[in-house]
Amino acid sequence: MGGLVDAAIEVRGLVKHYGKVVAVNGIDLDVARGECFGLLGPNGAGKTTAVEVLEGLLPPTAGEVRVLGSAWGQGGRRLRQRIGIALQETHLADRLTVGEIVRIFASFYDHARPPGEVIATVGLEEKRDAWVMKLSGGQRQRLAIACALVGEPDLLFLDEPTTGLDPASRRALWEIIEGMKRRGRTVVLTTHYMEEAERLCDRVAIVDHGKVIALGTPAALIGRLGGEQVVEFSTAPDVSGDGLDALPGVRRAGRAGDRWSLAVDTVHGTVPALLDHLRGRGAALTALATHQASLEDVFVSLTGRTLRDDA
Amino acid sequence: MSPLGEMTLARLREFYREPAAVFWTFGFPALLALALGVAFREGATRPAAVVVTPGPRQAERVDVLSRDPRFAVSAAGEGEAAAAFREGRAVLEVGGGEAIRFRYDPIHPDAEVARMRAEAAIQQAAGRADPLAVETDPVTARGARYIEFLVPGLIGMNIMSSSMWGIGWVMVEARKRKLLKRLVATPMRRGDYFLSFVIARLVFLATEVAVIVLFGRLVFDVEVQGSLPALALVSLAGAMAFAGLGLVTASRTSSTETVSGLMNLAMLPMFVLSGVFFSTVHFPDWMQPVIHVLPLTVLNDALRAIVNQGAGPIEVAAPFLALAAWTVATFAVALRVFKWT
Repeated sequence: MGGLVDAAIEVRGLVKHYGKVVAVNGIDLDVARGECFGLLGPNGAGKTTAVEVLEGLLPPTAGEVRVLGSAWGQGGRRLRQRIGIALQETHLADRLTVGEIVRIFASFYDHARPPGEVIATVGLEEKRDAWVMKLSGGQRQRLAIACALVGEPDLLFLDEPTTGLDPASRRALWEIIEGMKRRGRTVVLTTHYMEEAERLCDRVAIVDHGKVIALGTPAALIGRLGGEQVVEFSTAPDVSGDGLDALPGVRRAGRAGDRWSLAVDTVHGTVPALLDHLRGRGAALTALATHQASLEDVFVSLTGRTLRDDA
Repeated sequence: MSPLGEMTLARLREFYREPAAVFWTFGFPALLALALGVAFREGATRPAAVVVTPGPRQAERVDVLSRDPRFAVSAAGEGEAAAAFREGRAVLEVGGGEAIRFRYDPIHPDAEVARMRAEAAIQQAAGRADPLAVETDPVTARGARYIEFLVPGLIGMNIMSSSMWGIGWVMVEARKRKLLKRLVATPMRRGDYFLSFVIARLVFLATEVAVIVLFGRLVFDVEVQGSLPALALVSLAGAMAFAGLGLVTASRTSSTETVSGLMNLAMLPMFVLSGVFFSTVHFPDWMQPVIHVLPLTVLNDALRAIVNQGAGPIEVAAPFLALAAWTVATFAVALRVFKWT
């Protein structure tokens, strides 16, 4: 394949079947070196499968994958020297300490960082001598990240790194990832948290049903909605969508689960007209919410579903 | 440190930090040997309980039999005697009439022996003269006591179960936790992972065998008659064969329930057939070829030859090679089908 000289990852026509189930249904991607790239989508969209093929842990059913310029195959171990991975879930040995585990992982790499330094990076110095079974969920997640970082990787894969974490742990992890970006490393992360993708990722691919349905910078994707703000509402009885996109300032109207979602230029320019519109149809508001347009709204506008729905 | 060194250390740490594993590997075989040794030692010295039922010669027979310390004799009414029999408090009932009438279970060797001794004592007291003089020369032959049969069997059994559980269970647990997947996502050499188990197993093996041998020596005076290097080599070959078998059972599944089922399926027949608690000669001839191919039979026979019959390395070369063949075959199968993810 002719790809970019500076590509960290090139994917062409990636397909992965499990028996009759199609987990990944034709994905093309290029991730540049030094980029933080997000795969975004609901649970079951195929993100983890796609990432595990990129990590060389699953063989693709069809398609080509090149990572740091090489295909997975004979030279796998050399490639693995340059890659750090945090799987979606790994339960490290219960009765080993944080320090012992990081040392084991460090021993696999030719140019490992000192274990103590990595443990400090993820903020686990005080837990260095604690058994894994005594750690909280957030601390285990940070230990998994430490194991991914200890080999000083050029390319870091993080699969749902912040799922199930409390807000403080999540922010701590974001800082670690931003530190990797500053050091010029390439990061590929999957997430179903939009704010995480918007904050961390240079570019995101929105994945649904095993396909990439949108690709670009967070700002560009949000810009495609056409509005800066989003107004969501539901009514009793429900109203049809007729005439919603003709209201002042509305760029786009769509369904988001049991609600209507309007991408608008400004909230104050649209809401009074919306209330008149509903009153005229005898429908009473049961919910009304407004927020800054986000990647969540991009997903809603593309699929008609919210990300938290289990698709 | 090297990856192999780090992972071997991890194996050792995980083991000694798990009190249950330490007990099952070291404490349990010692307790089992203690319980069985005590039970059978008492069985050998306990006098046979004999009841004499009413009749003209009841008192005389009680008197005659009481002279032999190997009998615990009591006079009893018919109903009382029957009850003592049913409840296992008597193994032999002697009638008090003119003719000697015995009631006992001939299947039971203790009862049969008691009958023969009782008959001889009564006949001799009644004036029977034996035509020939008898000289007896009691020996306590080394290696003939039950505990001496048992100790090598326990060593073999322990090598089997600790090798299989120590490898099978731990690897399936690691697969279930996606730890195997995480490890193959690193540049770790896969061979190092298996080797760390093998090395850790050898460290435990030395301790396990030493615990049982020392226990037998200190508590029951069971001595290793043969060569210690031969004992070490045969134990090593046995541990490797069962490590291979453990690896086969653990090669595909990520369910610990499945792997314990598979391991029990492999181990239970050998517990029964391979001469751990009783000799393999009790099984019919047609089963013998199968029994003697089982790795635990090979191991137990070799261990008994060393511990009880003074065998050295040359005498156990054949079983050593048989166990080595089991090792090669099981590792070849397991590594071919082993699933990391």
